[in-house]
Amino acid sequence: MKKNLVPLVLLAVLAAFPLVVADNYYRHLMILFLMWVVIGSAWNLIAGYTGQVSFGDAAFFGSGAYAAGLLSHHLQISAWWGLALGGFVAVAVGLPFGWICFRMRGAYFALATLALNEVMRHSAAIAEGFTGGMVGILIMPTFVSKVPYYYVALGLAVASMASIRWIVHAKPGYYFVSIREDQDAAESLGINTHFYKMLSLAIAAFWTGVAGSLYMNYMGFIDPDVVFSLHDISIMAILVGIVGGVGTVYGPMVGAFVMVTVQELFRSGFFGLFAFLGRATGSPTVEAVAKTITGAHVLGFGILVVVVILVLPNGIVGDWPKIRNAFFRNKTAA
Amino acid sequence: MDVFLQTLVAGVLKGGLYALIGIGMTLIMGVMGIINLAHGQLMMVAMYITYVLHLAGVDPYISLFVAMPALFLLGSLIQRYLLNPLLKVDTILPENQVLMTVGIGMVLTEVIRFFFKSDYKSVTTGYSNATFFLGNISFSMALTISFFIAIAFTVAMYFFLIKTDIGRSIRATAQDKDAAVLMGVNTGRITIITFGLGSALVAAAGSLLAPVFYVFPDIGGPFTARAFIITILGGLGSTVGAIFGGVTLGLAESFGATYISMDYENIIGMTIFVLVLLFLPGGFKRLTKV
Repeated sequence: MKKNLVPLVLLAVLAAFPLVVADNYYRHLMILFLMWVVIGSAWNLIAGYTGQVSFGDAAFFGSGAYAAGLLSHHLQISAWWGLALGGFVAVAVGLPFGWICFRMRGAYFALATLALNEVMRHSAAIAEGFTGGMVGILIMPTFVSKVPYYYVALGLAVASMASIRWIVHAKPGYYFVSIREDQDAAESLGINTHFYKMLSLAIAAFWTGVAGSLYMNYMGFIDPDVVFSLHDISIMAILVGIVGGVGTVYGPMVGAFVMVTVQELFRSGFFGLFAFLGRATGSPTVEAVAKTITGAHVLGFGILVVVVILVLPNGIVGDWPKIRNAFFRNKTAA
Repeated sequence: MDVFLQTLVAGVLKGGLYALIGIGMTLIMGVMGIINLAHGQLMMVAMYITYVLHLAGVDPYISLFVAMPALFLLGSLIQRYLLNPLLKVDTILPENQVLMTVGIGMVLTEVIRFFFKSDYKSVTTGYSNATFFLGNISFSMALTISFFIAIAFTVAMYFFLIKTDIGRSIRATAQDKDAAVLMGVNTGRITIITFGLGSALVAAAGSLLAPVFYVFPDIGGPFTARAFIITILGGLGSTVGAIFGGVTLGLAESFGATYISMDYENIIGMTIFVLVLLFLPGGFKRLTKV
């Protein structure tokens, strides 16, 4: 019970959040946060636990989003069915890919995922008759209020984390870690590494695809550059994983919170701080700086990658003892 | 037949430049065992150096000699202060260095965007659009000159690696790092030099491509993709393979554009990449044994 205390309290807080906070802006951010928890956890399973770093999560995310969008676009079936279907479509993309590309190791596999990402993006843009090409797909959101979306996202986040937590503490989880630590040794102990890598990829792709369908339902608009974006989806997924902590169950949650906050800080110019300073001082320089910062979130991400890898290679959760020692040395000593 | 020959010529000319990009990548790959995902972005920086010098009235083929040392310096600094420290960091994921190069690539792109905006710039010279004819086949003047300069660099690089002391040290480090250390090679210094050299080579490619392509901050990504396709095609760490890989990719792109559709130009490279992995893992290196 004690082990589950913190997650349960956190869950209660999250469940109560939309009842307490009525501001749609913060609800929107929380929905994004929960969506990134799903994607980050999935990335963490394949990369953090199984050691197969994926640079192409957007391929699965986009497949899920397009699965939902195309259902409603071509067949006039509610895009909510995509929530069920999207995950399986992403698995259907992931499995043949994994079958081919898991013969590569380490960085080469990472490159292959990058290639998958690009192929999916170009394909979605070229197949105009089917996907609408660069015009994208627009659907009418079902709900006006953000609360239903919030609870769907919360449900998905909890389900994905619970399933991943369960699997990493079950037999396949130990196989995953053994593959990460030493694939040859794992193979020599009789573990079917190809099968278990595929299993790990399938679970990761499934949850990423589901997150994609949620995005389609929530945002109501997708186009190839949005859902197959290398920077905004694939790299963001990696950042969520490594900032929070690679190979930890709760790391992606911390990472998602940090990253969504950082993204929003840049997008909104530090919540309007710079725009305010610009108005207050009336100086054109500050206003110019504010404008630059608003556009510089990719730069911020890049610098964050560099700094996090140098300083906190195992993420906030993984390097928590190190952080605690740095900031609260006196307390732990006492 | 003319169309075929014309496509062939265009592919080979482009392939020569791709080879230059690929050799830089494969050198870094061989010595450090990591894929440099900032490779195209380094090239983009070189293109902007060429562009700035062009504004000052310097010919792209002369600014080559500014861009190369500048990128050598930039590459060495990246290796010295950002990549080498990672070797000492204890972490779960061994791909940290690759992730780091992704971050570096993003920073480079955005810093350039900060200074030059996202606009397409062009380095227009007297020979940018000039062509000459051999029979019915037209040759782009800029691409032809670039092709021969690229060949010269490739040959020079080859002799540098085979004949000089530093070249031998680089090859030794690539073959067996521990053994190289035992033989008295300062491998830390060699990795720095190698990254610098790789960057300088891709800088040369950038300066040579500047008169032909538009220059914009996001041009790095597609070229990083091309560089790793070439590396996979040619065989990891193989210089000769990189030349074949570069020409093959150039040919495939131009034939694909002529006979299939321009739209598919970007997908063709990726398809070759997957096909090579399926049917010829190890790339051309496996066929030529070089």
